[in-house]
Amino acid sequence: MSNETMTIFSPKLAARFDALVQKYPARRSALVPMLLYAQDEIGYLSDAVIAEVAERIGITELDVRNVATYYSMLRFKPAGKYNVQVCTNISCMLRGAYDVFERFQDELGVGHKGVTPDGLFSLEEVECIGACCWAPAIQVNYDFHDELTPESVSGILAEYRGKAKAEGTVSHA
Amino acid sequence: MADVTFTVDGKKLTAPAGTLLIDACRKAGIEIPAFCYYPGLSLQAACRMCVVRQEKVPKLQTACTTTVAEEQVFITESAEIAQARKATIELLLGNHPLDCPVCDAGGECELQDMTFKYGAGESLYAEAKRHREEQQWSPAVFYDRPRCILCYRCIRMCGEGMDVWALGVQNRGASAVIAPNGGDTLDCEQCGMCIDVCPVGALTSGSYRYKTRPWEMNHVSTVCTHCADGCKVSLGVRQSSDGSEIVRADNRDKSGINNDFLCAKGRFGFDFVESAERLSKPLIRNTDGKLEPTTWEHALRFAAGKLKGIRDTQGGAAIGVIGSNFTTNEENYLLQKFARTVLQTNNIDHERTADYASFARALAGNPSRAAGMRETLTFPAILLIGGNPTEEHPLLAWNLRTNVRLNRARLYVANDKKIKLERQAKAVLRLPANGYAALTDYLGGSDKVIPDASFREALLAEESLLVIFGQEYRGAAIEALVKWGCTRNNVRFALLGDYANSRGASDMGLLPDLLPGYVPVSQPGAFNVEYPGMPARGGKTLPEMLQAAMSGQLDALYIVGANPFAHAAVSPAALKSTFLIAQDIFLTETAALADVVFPAASLYEKTGTATNAFGDVQLVRKAADHAGVKPDFEILVRLAGAMGVDVKSLVPFGSGVTADFGQTRGAHSGEADRHAVWLAANGLEPKLSPFDPLAVLDEIERLIPTYKLDRMNLFAGNDVPVEPGFVPVSALAGTDVVTPAHNGLFTSGTMGHYSPGLKDLQRHQTSPMLTGTAAD
Repeated sequence: MSNETMTIFSPKLAARFDALVQKYPARRSALVPMLLYAQDEIGYLSDAVIAEVAERIGITELDVRNVATYYSMLRFKPAGKYNVQVCTNISCMLRGAYDVFERFQDELGVGHKGVTPDGLFSLEEVECIGACCWAPAIQVNYDFHDELTPESVSGILAEYRGKAKAEGTVSHA
Repeated sequence: MADVTFTVDGKKLTAPAGTLLIDACRKAGIEIPAFCYYPGLSLQAACRMCVVRQEKVPKLQTACTTTVAEEQVFITESAEIAQARKATIELLLGNHPLDCPVCDAGGECELQDMTFKYGAGESLYAEAKRHREEQQWSPAVFYDRPRCILCYRCIRMCGEGMDVWALGVQNRGASAVIAPNGGDTLDCEQCGMCIDVCPVGALTSGSYRYKTRPWEMNHVSTVCTHCADGCKVSLGVRQSSDGSEIVRADNRDKSGINNDFLCAKGRFGFDFVESAERLSKPLIRNTDGKLEPTTWEHALRFAAGKLKGIRDTQGGAAIGVIGSNFTTNEENYLLQKFARTVLQTNNIDHERTADYASFARALAGNPSRAAGMRETLTFPAILLIGGNPTEEHPLLAWNLRTNVRLNRARLYVANDKKIKLERQAKAVLRLPANGYAALTDYLGGSDKVIPDASFREALLAEESLLVIFGQEYRGAAIEALVKWGCTRNNVRFALLGDYANSRGASDMGLLPDLLPGYVPVSQPGAFNVEYPGMPARGGKTLPEMLQAAMSGQLDALYIVGANPFAHAAVSPAALKSTFLIAQDIFLTETAALADVVFPAASLYEKTGTATNAFGDVQLVRKAADHAGVKPDFEILVRLAGAMGVDVKSLVPFGSGVTADFGQTRGAHSGEADRHAVWLAANGLEPKLSPFDPLAVLDEIERLIPTYKLDRMNLFAGNDVPVEPGFVPVSALAGTDVVTPAHNGLFTSGTMGHYSPGLKDLQRHQTSPMLTGTAAD
């Protein structure tokens, strides 16, 4: 499917997918990377994403869902523009990650897997993000913030609010 | 592969190298428990129940993935292994509800059996079990999520076995569930194989769930009454207020010609038997022109008197007889013998769905050219011409898929339409519409109509070939195709008909010009003596009889188990001068026009034999009973008796050994015991009743050379092949009388109209229902 008018993805990503399905001996090997890239662009794995990925690889939508539901980092509902992932694994937990997580809950007014009404932030508790040396740590989309205390929370949120304002996008939805 | 010798539990076993240990053990009678392993499907090694100790290997090994090699030593039962299996069960029971007392699978559950065996009655888990609501995926399939032990058998059966791929597994760990392709509904062929392979009660059948317990049923294995593949179906029968009712149909004993398989019709289409619309009393048209119930005696006397009068005054030619595709061989044989010797007419026919007479003629003098159903599972190369077995012959389609998957058979498909089996085909030849006659020339080397020599070259390179074709070929076309095949070595043939005993109806001579075994009426040979009073000339075909009846030129028409007026709009006035007797399960369009209606037993309520499309003869066993109805066999005998015929001249009962061997069971008593099997197999069973179909089977065997049956096998419940074609067959009636039924996965002629189960499935397939339980 190289016809760009048929795709829900950007021309760049569509071209990337065209190359990706050819790259492996078996086409379905491209499935997990495709789902990740698609989620980055669309925000989540919508029915349309699943249908197109299935079509591109030549497997059933059921096959795509079988794989996609296995991974907790793939989501089926939209996240906020900035997805705040708070690590609560052992190192972070010992150094107060739950206090940080609670502060995020208070500030944002949402709980685990929640999305703020303006669509700007979503919050989730995640497993180890590999930043144990600088625990406690969080990941916002692909950015790390580490050696946190509950007091650093409002500063981080303000930083992203400012960023959103500068870009002129307030509501993701 | 070469045989290797290895030791299991101190016993020396031998098996081909590469055999799975679990298979080798099971063959040797060593039971290794397993949930996820299922013979013929890909390996999963998910359940860890089949763990065994292998010498010199540090950890326990799964017997389902271990292949045997020379000098290996295994232990399959020890304290250590029992502990491992017990721990596995304890884990499985972590979330599995202990609702065995109300679970459909209770009593037939592999998890229950294993828990009993390994005694995992206690658990260290204090956590609450995770409950989730049950889902209905289709009218046929329900899924109870907490009961599922995630063995993946259903997923593999659906994908690999059925080539449908409608099931998957979603989420992971304790959240994992089996998921259907439609989110929370199933878009599939509704075969119910997933229910069949489920080791627990997670997948349950819409037609059976919460109706009874397995141990409250008698299980009777008989031949399915729907399509012409002849699957063995196990009917679960329970006592009811008016006889005994069928509560379930499945493939419980798996000993039949269908091995693991049973389709939607076999599994869910049994319920017509219990339909409230069943006829249960004979009907006679009264002076007001309405059908009203009467007694058997009166109905028989009335019909017999009429038939006798017409025969004696107008002659037998004024009477026509139409037989059935669903009655047993014995009933078909008896019907034509009754027509020919009692009614003295050759006006006898049935609704032909394939031209078996031409097939028999083409094969005459070419022994060992016909193939049985079992060969479709083993033949290395198969040419499938026309038709769509996935829809019309589900077992054949299953066998072809399995043969390609497990034996790497080469399937060649020649069809004018795209069919699903092409996914298994090595090569496909797309024929032009009506290109089937040209295909024979093409096979012979002509590229005039079909210019693609590569398909033919691949076919001709095969050392042996099984050619399967259907109603596209009739008369001379069959002869030409078979002739082409007979010029080559190792080419075999099968002709596909449509109904449970379509082949048997032809073989038994429900034809106006041919006697049983396709002996021409014009050269009756031994039948001259056997059938006194039979007219010397052939009779009318079915369309000719209907035409004659509607134009007032047929004085009587006796229709058994057929519905020829289903589609033709016939006014009762047109049939005014024809005395019409209908004998059927339901008040069909045809029966509604009749003057006398006899309520007949279905194929599930009688004993006899049936011949599938491939010529495999199987025993039909009586499962259910319905007050008021009689098997067609008994009705015929009593009708003849009421006409004043010496019944012994029709049914050779009371001959042979005269002693009763302590046998108190009659032929219709259902499951025969082993003693009776032996007696019957050796022809020693005293046939003391004129209603004993086996007495007629003796005569069939005596008069039809191809029906030389291996009786021990037949009565033990196995399929016994017969081959057409040892007798010369002369010119036949026109081939236009073949009317294929084209039944799909959920239709079964008139009978299907009376099956709520099949109708539900048809509705579901066109517009999937909305279920109450959402996927979460």
